[in-house]
Amino acid sequence: MPGAIGPRASAAAPDVVLSVEGLSRRYGEKPAVDGVSFAVRRREIVGLLGPNGAGKTTTINMILGVLEPSGGAIRIGAHDVARERSRALALANFAAVYAALPGNLTVAENLRYFGLIYGVRPLGARIEALLAQFELGRLRDTKCGLLSSGEQTRVALAKALLNRPQLLLLDEPTASLDPSAAQIIRTQIRQLASAADCGILWTSHNMYEVEAVCDRVLFLARGRILLEGDPRRLPAEHGVASLEELFIRLAREPLADP
Amino acid sequence: MRLRPIAGIVLRQFYLLRGSPTRVLPLFAWVAIDIVLWGFITRYLNAVSGSHIDFVPQLLGAVLLWDFFTRIMQGVTTAFLEDIWSRNFLNLFATPLRISEYVSGLVATSVITSALGLIVMLLLATLVFGLQFFQLGLALVPLLLVLFVFGIALGVLASAMVLRLGPASEWLVWPLPALLSPFAGVFYPLATLPGWMRAIGEALPAAYVFEGLRAAVAGQGLRVAPLGIGAVLAVAYLAVAALVFGRVFRHVVRSGLLARYSAESVS
Repeated sequence: MPGAIGPRASAAAPDVVLSVEGLSRRYGEKPAVDGVSFAVRRREIVGLLGPNGAGKTTTINMILGVLEPSGGAIRIGAHDVARERSRALALANFAAVYAALPGNLTVAENLRYFGLIYGVRPLGARIEALLAQFELGRLRDTKCGLLSSGEQTRVALAKALLNRPQLLLLDEPTASLDPSAAQIIRTQIRQLASAADCGILWTSHNMYEVEAVCDRVLFLARGRILLEGDPRRLPAEHGVASLEELFIRLAREPLADP
Repeated sequence: MRLRPIAGIVLRQFYLLRGSPTRVLPLFAWVAIDIVLWGFITRYLNAVSGSHIDFVPQLLGAVLLWDFFTRIMQGVTTAFLEDIWSRNFLNLFATPLRISEYVSGLVATSVITSALGLIVMLLLATLVFGLQFFQLGLALVPLLLVLFVFGIALGVLASAMVLRLGPASEWLVWPLPALLSPFAGVFYPLATLPGWMRAIGEALPAAYVFEGLRAAVAGQGLRVAPLGIGAVLAVAYLAVAALVFGRVFRHVVRSGLLARYSAESVS
């Protein structure tokens, strides 16, 4: 499959909330992420797709500043993550299925704890608004470790919105949800992108979800972006019936390389 | 450095203590047991020695100060380990939180928890065993201060060690005070030790505190010069600890260890 990379937003464009340029990460000689460049604009949901081990979580970890890139640059808003880590991360937030909030704190305690760390003001009002938005009011005094997966996801999303981020990173946010709960979350996030004026980078293995939510997708395999485009038009452009079929073709094709 | 993120770190520890009596109990229980045990030992020694030496301020005072030092150190490491136990590193370090703010939050938590332990120890030692600790007056302030700074330094160093070596190295943290105590001359003058042990002891700020305590109890007043050396050493250890923690943090971000701390939770 040819690498049909679409036009990228310039880092200088005012509506770009995330700019990734030539990002790479090596473990020894093995590249986990290899020269990846892309941008996320305000009110845009970008899907980061790829098979297991493609480099999605590595990319997200580098954007979040918990993993140092081997090369390249990441800017969140106007701030370089490497040089202005604190200012850059103040504009972002994330929710990931593998990063549960401390289970020995209640829902309200977790939101207050992270709200203080993010410097949210006025914090009390913000927490109440998020408890209402994610229907967590009756669970406010329940320890997070006792919540169901779906409830934990809603708490994680509430935490991810505490600081009204310009950039929201969601790593498989609906992976542990039933179809009904997942649909509600998708709708909320879709509304959020336009209402809160933020850009969202979303990873998922659910191609139905990706088609429903994402404005644009990036196919990542072996640490490289193989393809970029509108998830509703890409299958036809590449002569396949569905996004899932395209995913499978892309996921398998690089593996056949010598 | 901003106050709100530091308050967040402290508040998290307060929530943990409020939500779990099993976390509150160790703040008081072990120090109380130590005071009771050593209180009766000193009473017995006073009864059988027949000398004019009062062992209460000599030994019980030393136990109280050593427990204070241990609580300070463990206060920092326990607060840090809470983030390891709850796999919270990704949530925590993907925020605007600065390392200086995080460490300050750990230190502030330790100040509060160890102060609670100190109050319990003082009450028990004074009311039950007649320790007149405040007779030492202002001499107490520098003694406690040097131990406090050294305890913080050791706690930060121990946390850096766990961050670098991984969660399995946690068991190395707990015996650290016991490992230092023979060299620090908690219950005996440094002169008692053989040369090589005395040399190690003289590199520990705590040794100057306990020499100072013995001198003050013996009515010789506060020995400013040796305690000054202890204070300089304590500040130097703190500076080294802060430097080491910062370097270890940069290393775990560079090497990918920090990201893997969270990845372990899904494996």
